[in-house]
Amino acid sequence: MTVRPADYPPPFDAAEAIGPPTDPADERIEVGVAVVGAGPAGLACAIRFGQLLDEAPELAERLGEVPVVVVEKGKQPGSHLLSGAVINPRALRSLFSGRPQADAFPRFGEVNAESVYVLRRSSALRIPPPPTMRNHGNVVVSLSQLGRWLAEQAEEAGATILPETAATKLLVDHGSVRGIRTGDRGRGREGQELGNFEPGSDIVAKVTVLAEGTQGYLTGAAVERFGLQGQNPQVYALGVKEVWRVAKPLDRVIHTMGWPLRTGARYREFGGSWIYPLGEDMVSLGFVVGLDYRDLELSPHDLLQELKTHKLVRRILEGGERLEWGAKTIPEGGFFSLPRQLHAPGLLICGDGAGMVNVPALKGVHYAVESGRLAAEAAFAALQPGETPARVGALASYDEAVRASYIWTDLEEVRNQRQAFGRGFFVGGALASTMTVTKGRFPKRPLTTEPDAEQTLFRSGRAESYPAPDGRVTFDKLSSVFLSGNKTRDDQPNHIRIAEPVPRDLAELWARMCPAQVYEVGEETGDGMVAVKLAPSNCVQCGAITAKGGRLTPPEGGSGPEYQRT
Amino acid sequence: MTGLVFLEHHGGEFLKGSLGVLAKAASLGEAHAAVLGSGVAGLADQAGRYGAAKVYVVDDPALEAPLPQPRVDALAQIVREQAIENVFFAQSVLASDVAAGLAARLEAGLNWQLTDLAVEDGGLVGKQPALGDSVIVDVGWTQTPRLALFRSGAFDPVETGGQAAVEQVGVSFEDFSLAARMLEQLQEEATGPSIEEAEIIVAGGRGLGGPESFTVLEELAAALGGAVATTRAVVDAGWYPYSTQVGQTGKTVSPKLYVACGISGAIQHKVGMQGSAVIVAINKDPNAPIFEFCDLGVVGDLHSVVPKLTELVKTHRAG
Amino acid sequence: MKIAVCVKQVPEGTKRIDPATRRLDRSGEGALNGYDANAVEAALRIREGDGDGEVVLVSVGPASALEAIRKALAMGADRAVLVSDDGAVGSDLVATSYVLAAALEREGADLVLFGQQAADSDGAVLWAAVADRLRRPLISQLADLSIEGGSVRGKRQTEFGYDVIEAPLPAVVAVSDAINEPRYPSLKGIMGAKKKPQETLTLAELGVDPGRAGEHGSRTAVLALGAPPARGESRTIEDDGGAAAEIVAYLQEKRLL
Repeated sequence: MTVRPADYPPPFDAAEAIGPPTDPADERIEVGVAVVGAGPAGLACAIRFGQLLDEAPELAERLGEVPVVVVEKGKQPGSHLLSGAVINPRALRSLFSGRPQADAFPRFGEVNAESVYVLRRSSALRIPPPPTMRNHGNVVVSLSQLGRWLAEQAEEAGATILPETAATKLLVDHGSVRGIRTGDRGRGREGQELGNFEPGSDIVAKVTVLAEGTQGYLTGAAVERFGLQGQNPQVYALGVKEVWRVAKPLDRVIHTMGWPLRTGARYREFGGSWIYPLGEDMVSLGFVVGLDYRDLELSPHDLLQELKTHKLVRRILEGGERLEWGAKTIPEGGFFSLPRQLHAPGLLICGDGAGMVNVPALKGVHYAVESGRLAAEAAFAALQPGETPARVGALASYDEAVRASYIWTDLEEVRNQRQAFGRGFFVGGALASTMTVTKGRFPKRPLTTEPDAEQTLFRSGRAESYPAPDGRVTFDKLSSVFLSGNKTRDDQPNHIRIAEPVPRDLAELWARMCPAQVYEVGEETGDGMVAVKLAPSNCVQCGAITAKGGRLTPPEGGSGPEYQRT
Repeated sequence: MTGLVFLEHHGGEFLKGSLGVLAKAASLGEAHAAVLGSGVAGLADQAGRYGAAKVYVVDDPALEAPLPQPRVDALAQIVREQAIENVFFAQSVLASDVAAGLAARLEAGLNWQLTDLAVEDGGLVGKQPALGDSVIVDVGWTQTPRLALFRSGAFDPVETGGQAAVEQVGVSFEDFSLAARMLEQLQEEATGPSIEEAEIIVAGGRGLGGPESFTVLEELAAALGGAVATTRAVVDAGWYPYSTQVGQTGKTVSPKLYVACGISGAIQHKVGMQGSAVIVAINKDPNAPIFEFCDLGVVGDLHSVVPKLTELVKTHRAG
Repeated sequence: MKIAVCVKQVPEGTKRIDPATRRLDRSGEGALNGYDANAVEAALRIREGDGDGEVVLVSVGPASALEAIRKALAMGADRAVLVSDDGAVGSDLVATSYVLAAALEREGADLVLFGQQAADSDGAVLWAAVADRLRRPLISQLADLSIEGGSVRGKRQTEFGYDVIEAPLPAVVAVSDAINEPRYPSLKGIMGAKKKPQETLTLAELGVDPGRAGEHGSRTAVLALGAPPARGESRTIEDDGGAAAEIVAYLQEKRLL
């Protein structure tokens, strides 16, 4: 039986996430600009808007007590932020242009040296870093730490940040976006109201900015509602990351490809790893693989564990200690998967939620920051006397600004590479030079435009070669979830939607795919179908399930991982 | 080294934990005991049997109810009058309050949650587990008097059959110490100890297979005089109440004996029980992580091992 | 009625001890101590029952503790006082209770409330030291609490059952985590928290003797850190029918039977 995840859609309708305000008018919270997501895009937007308001006291007055609110579903800003990360500082410098913060953001140093390797099980072949990947002038950061710092700047700029607050509904009325509704807190496993039940609230805003990051819940609903789909469906990769304390400082930024992924075309395994120094005594490393893979036995978490057994990586981690672990998906569709329009009446879409990621260069943070900055300027313009953001086209200046920015030119420039070489980490120049050096073992892949869930699954016996966790270098999933800081209460309502029952192969796909061990093959229900056992409180909200046939919905605010240095 | 031990009592008997601390103090030097209450003369005489060389008795109606503040007055007076250098307590609801109140009264250092104590360089060093029992901290005092609060069950009582010199002490109490009044004392039905206080815990995990299997554990727990605990998986499945869940999102326990049945030993559970003095694990899966940190591991079917164990324990206890 | 609630910030995330200072690494983000939320909730319910009154948060800690305190303000407390001074860093029970008592004396509350214990130190003892310094009656471990006619009455949980205890106000009370389920702050509460009065005092402004605070004023010391003793001989056996007997023998050897 050939199984495609897309054939077993979850019980979910995007329309659930859209609706008019329901609170009585005097109980709604009125704000000027509501930003969803305290990540680099959302915070940059809040900061820029605050800067503009400083020069516009009449508008500040008109917007009332809360000119900008940023809602964040994590315990605090940074709790759900995870990336490599080597970032291009230009966007932060623009954001804080002329101000002391321009070079004051927290970082682990500039990139001084970099190496790219093609790995095989017992060898590492060094190749020249492809032009798209040169990182000279870029800096190594912890995105989680950067997020916390940006949040402080945003508060200083006058924004109100609401952590532990999930946005569960986009408020739409008479064809325009009016704000968001926040999630309930204090419900039990069956959805019942517990003793300390606190219902969500309608936050009514003149402009709503969606900066939700990968697999944005409201973003997906908005794209559908307003017909903003791009040319290609969005596709994703899953990255699993660890932060280690190390005995010897790492002196360079490293990227690898090849092993432990397989190069055969039928596997569709594209991705690779990064290893970045975080100062003198820590290292960030992670493994990314496209979610269009087909082998249901593939386990991204175990690929990372396997990678660490390679002598190149072992040497780096020798004498060290694992400090943190986490996982998150990355939108990889690039230019053609961007929404055809990034605004709607009363609405702006920024950052990873829109898919602004340059896959060959592995960069997205500076696009997020820049898009947030441009969104603030468009919102500000649309709030001037004589204009209203709810008018069709009032926020079109955002799309114009993005198209005139380097976000557009950069993504457009690499659109052909993706098309020519397919998905993956090191497309374009990397593959070109690799093809030469490895004598054509790297295949040219046809353009893929199907959503990840439409890939047909097969099984290969891959799972036999995952290393058994030794508790020193390689680890199991549960102890990893522990290091993500996840302390989600066990009696929360289940936030994961999947079809049930499903074919055994599909259940196994999910069980292996999920880095946090949320899914388990359950009892047989007949006809080759099985139930799926869920442990939703393990979930680190990476979003992989949404790409591969299920649907992640926002759990209670404050739950999930509590990343510190990812 | 001379240590004054607060001997707590209830229902006419000394608490085992206090007697254990008395034994420890006696092993380090000379142990004196403080017996505070109303109508406690007879009890005080017995302190010598458990290692006290001397007993200070404060027998006063003000001390009838087990409230902390009058005991602070009493101990403070004894410490000052007798120039006592070390005062030891066994952890309990009452003793913690007394120890802390005394620390403020005497401006004396108090180290708590201690599992051991040693004499070093003329002073004392305590061992204090921290961070869910994953590290041990050596703690000390910068001057005398030194107050130490030991973890419940850290030491076993030792019957020496000795005799102690008894000294009656009259205490004048502060007004504020006498302001709180006990109106009623309600004993709880003996449904067995709560898992946080239990000295022996029998815990069940997914390996039990279903709620019915818990009777097997309950019988073992009853035979051993312990409490039943569970893992998150069990509570998630609705087999047992959340109040029994041990682990990161449940309770932390450190009993003398933890019998883990059908529990894999994932870290989320481990952090809730790794401080147990002795861990026995029974699991079908030889690769279960619990076998890496238990003291005695049995690879086998709990459904056949546990009932046999219960029978043997009952026989042993009866004989 | 004026109620003072003692609250504390504890480190977020996986806790670790900083080997350099041998103290809890508080460099990460902090959060309101979960157990203090029970005390804040208890105070809010008393105020709601009375129809008026004031709930003041009192804390000793680093300046960043204001973040954690804000959550309690978001729940509904009226204002906060934070004593923040480098000279208070490294305070043990004697030093902390001294500073905290001075701050509470300054407030002159009718009722001082504590939560069960600090999630970072498992100490469970601060309230008794503070009550002694304030010379007020103390009731601790309350699973139930009511105010009637100038007295506070509650059910105190002990190892043996419940004691019903009453004390006249002003009094010091410590509640257990069984007493209530703390409310989630409403959005309005969270947004309004920033605007509530938050006072920060140095030791000098509080008027206390700096020599009695911090490491200087402490009477205990952390000497060293070590790993817990290895669990010793660990044995794994297979059951061939005889495992139960082996377990019994082992328990006897360990004097557990």
